[in-house]
Amino acid sequence: MSIAAPELTTERRPLSAALHEWVVTVDHKKIGVMYVVMAIAFLLVGGLEAVLIRVQLLWPRADFLPPVTFNQFFTLHGTTMVFFVGMPILIGIANYLVPLQVGARDMAFPRLNALGFWVTLFGGLLVYASFFMPGGPPSMGWFAYAPLTEKTFARGPGVDCWALGLIVSGVGTVAAGVNFIATILTMRAPGMKLRQVPFFTWTILGTSIQILVALPPLTAALIMLMLDRHAGAHFFDPQAGGSAYLWQHLFWFFGHPEVYILVLPAFGMISEVIPVFSRKVLFGYEFMALATMAIVFISLGVWAHHMFTVGMSRTLDMWFAGASFLVAIPTGIKMFNWLATLYGGKLVMKSPMLFALGFLSMFLIGGLTGVILACAAVDFQLHDTYFVVGHFHWVLIGGTLFGVFAGIHYWYPKVTGRMLSERLAKWQFWLLFIGFILTFAPMHVAGVLGMPRRIYTYEPDRGWAIWNQLATLGAFIQVPSYLIFAINLVWSLWKGKPAGDDPWDAWTLEWATTSPPPPYNFESNPVVRSRRPLWDLKHPDDPDWKYE
Amino acid sequence: MRLLLFATADGPVSQNLSVFSPASPSGEAIRGLFILVLAITGGIFLVVEGVLVYSLLRNRRRVAAGEAEPPQVYGSMPIEIAWTAAPLLIVFVLFLVTARTEWEVRPGPDDRPPPGSQPLYVTVIGRQWWWEYVYESYDGREWHVTTANELHVPASDDGAPRPVYLTLKSADVVHSFWVPRLGGKTDLIPGRVNKMWFQTAERGLFLGQCAEYCGTQHAKMLIRVVVDEPAEFERWLANEAKPAVEDPSAAAGKKAFLAQSCVNCHAVRGTAARGTYAPDLTHVMSRQTLASGIVPNTPDELRRWLADPQQVKFGCLMPAFQLSDQDLDLIVSYLRTLR
Repeated sequence: MSIAAPELTTERRPLSAALHEWVVTVDHKKIGVMYVVMAIAFLLVGGLEAVLIRVQLLWPRADFLPPVTFNQFFTLHGTTMVFFVGMPILIGIANYLVPLQVGARDMAFPRLNALGFWVTLFGGLLVYASFFMPGGPPSMGWFAYAPLTEKTFARGPGVDCWALGLIVSGVGTVAAGVNFIATILTMRAPGMKLRQVPFFTWTILGTSIQILVALPPLTAALIMLMLDRHAGAHFFDPQAGGSAYLWQHLFWFFGHPEVYILVLPAFGMISEVIPVFSRKVLFGYEFMALATMAIVFISLGVWAHHMFTVGMSRTLDMWFAGASFLVAIPTGIKMFNWLATLYGGKLVMKSPMLFALGFLSMFLIGGLTGVILACAAVDFQLHDTYFVVGHFHWVLIGGTLFGVFAGIHYWYPKVTGRMLSERLAKWQFWLLFIGFILTFAPMHVAGVLGMPRRIYTYEPDRGWAIWNQLATLGAFIQVPSYLIFAINLVWSLWKGKPAGDDPWDAWTLEWATTSPPPPYNFESNPVVRSRRPLWDLKHPDDPDWKYE
Repeated sequence: MRLLLFATADGPVSQNLSVFSPASPSGEAIRGLFILVLAITGGIFLVVEGVLVYSLLRNRRRVAAGEAEPPQVYGSMPIEIAWTAAPLLIVFVLFLVTARTEWEVRPGPDDRPPPGSQPLYVTVIGRQWWWEYVYESYDGREWHVTTANELHVPASDDGAPRPVYLTLKSADVVHSFWVPRLGGKTDLIPGRVNKMWFQTAERGLFLGQCAEYCGTQHAKMLIRVVVDEPAEFERWLANEAKPAVEDPSAAAGKKAFLAQSCVNCHAVRGTAARGTYAPDLTHVMSRQTLASGIVPNTPDELRRWLADPQQVKFGCLMPAFQLSDQDLDLIVSYLRTLR
């Protein structure tokens, strides 16, 4: 059922007026778009850093990049991808969709929403301002183990730009978490119980809880670091009684939930795409929802599996190994439920589904290599090797990024009123899929053959060269896929087929308004009785609420 | 797996650092667990991916739009319980096996060497970007001998185990000691003391490197463990304990060495050089490499290093001292006598 499209103005506005509107907006849809555009820009920068790293590692003892530059690049690459690509793109998509999915007019706190975006962007720019500082960007790695970050070992202001940039953008992230929780708990359409929200919205609720718990310890640790560097404190400085070990605990207490913050929204997007493109309801919604919350809570207790080699007691090692095994279970349950949704469905092989299937096939592998790493004793060998680098890129690209691409291809018509080019999307998908496998599978081998992480070069007699060369080849195959994606986004704005309200014949509330939605989202408050309000409208003889 | 080949004079020959080629009991225990978990996860992969591929092939929509939706299946409690219980069981098994391996490979606080063994105790001090080794005791006899960058250990035999116990400390930032064929890695954390152990019956050279990013030259903080015949090891250790060789033909070189600021950082036992900040040079010619494993220990490389260490290992903590050619030659000739 569609509603009247908003009146289009025929007079041309000056560009300055349009820009002004974007800068001062508190509309969740515009803020969401800005987050995503920011993330894509940083994705290209972080990707360039990755390509340069891969070129340096093509041959043993190569001197394409000097050691300090290489170390700066892997530091920036990790920091950029986690804080200025991963989180903003997910927060942006959630920003756009959550109010629409719950049938609300905007987020609970629109001005806080705008603040969150601008400080996130500002934090990113602060980190990159380090290029203009003496000594250049920081080079201690994105997890910044003390005491490498102390003044003794890092005299220049690069570390300060990094820490301040993350403190500032952390404020934006927490603001987004608060906003999502408030919106989901208090602004749902009449009749929509909490256990009836679309699954993407549910995962955003879970992610937001993790944000509230995980970000503040990072912010605290960063402030403690700044106090060490500038105010004579000795939190992490062992030479004066501080603890390098404390930094690791604080950082990973944030760092592990962080990676679930990066993947849960992708799970949510996949859980929207797979049902629609299998033409079947999501199998086991209640168990999926419970599994999500289980992940949220268990993942808060696994952090020291990043620290198996620091010499904790054997009992502590086993606590964290056990918790890490446990968290794999709800994740597995979700995988099975997605498969059960596909099974017996009528699969529509359009671009959102391609990426969703890519996600399913790849995230499985990344999850399983995670189980391998959770075996603490095996981790004694594999920790800090390229096996880990392969693992986390597999889950972040195979999981988060494929999920994001599925979501963007699914919701782009809603945001812009145009369809993306299926042809370009297929090219993007296959180049990414093949390139990504070729880049990261050999890394698992290199790790098993003894190659540690974060080395700017390696000896010729180790037998690692071939695996590095395959990985670099894979990176070169991936590069055009990102460019094709960017081109598709821009080209389709003008040349994409008009989408209409509901191009995919979907079932959640965002498809009940125009594409793009009017500023106020819905002309009248939708009334909801089940998880798939549009299914109920399209199938009045067989509505969901009879079966839920 | 791949054979261990020694480096020849012709150039680098492929070395084996594979986790799947353990030469020590802890390495073997870890490999066993690794193979088990690979088999389990491999099996899960085949089943789940198989279901995915099957669904894909079977259910691709071929008919045009407008046909009825497929049957909507909302869920099934028994199925959910089944596929929660099965992974729980698998995870339980993995947990038990992991715990057993953990106790096997990591020393407990009260662990003692097995009776009848000849334990070697070495303190390892990680430094940016080289390894200091202090041989504390061997087979009950105290030594307290300091050396650098090459760790010699005695081989074990059946009935005569010679476990090596490492006490790990750091003088600056976090490092990690990793020789894959000898077992897992353990970190060296400033302000903290860690312990690890290994033993091996295989004679020869084992390679590794620092496995925790520690700054500019982390990539070049290489590890060389030389496993000797026990008698050979004892000869090596006795030699390391002696003060430096006094070769009268190198007197001019020794004078040149002591006149420079080398003595501020380096130690040559038996001379006025008693620095503790840089590698101990008392028996530097007993090592096969220089600069923690990155260049062979030849006169040319030694001279190149002395002329400007920054050219060999940019960022390392030894500056170029702008030595004259004459001083360089003298000092190299002196150092070459320190066997």
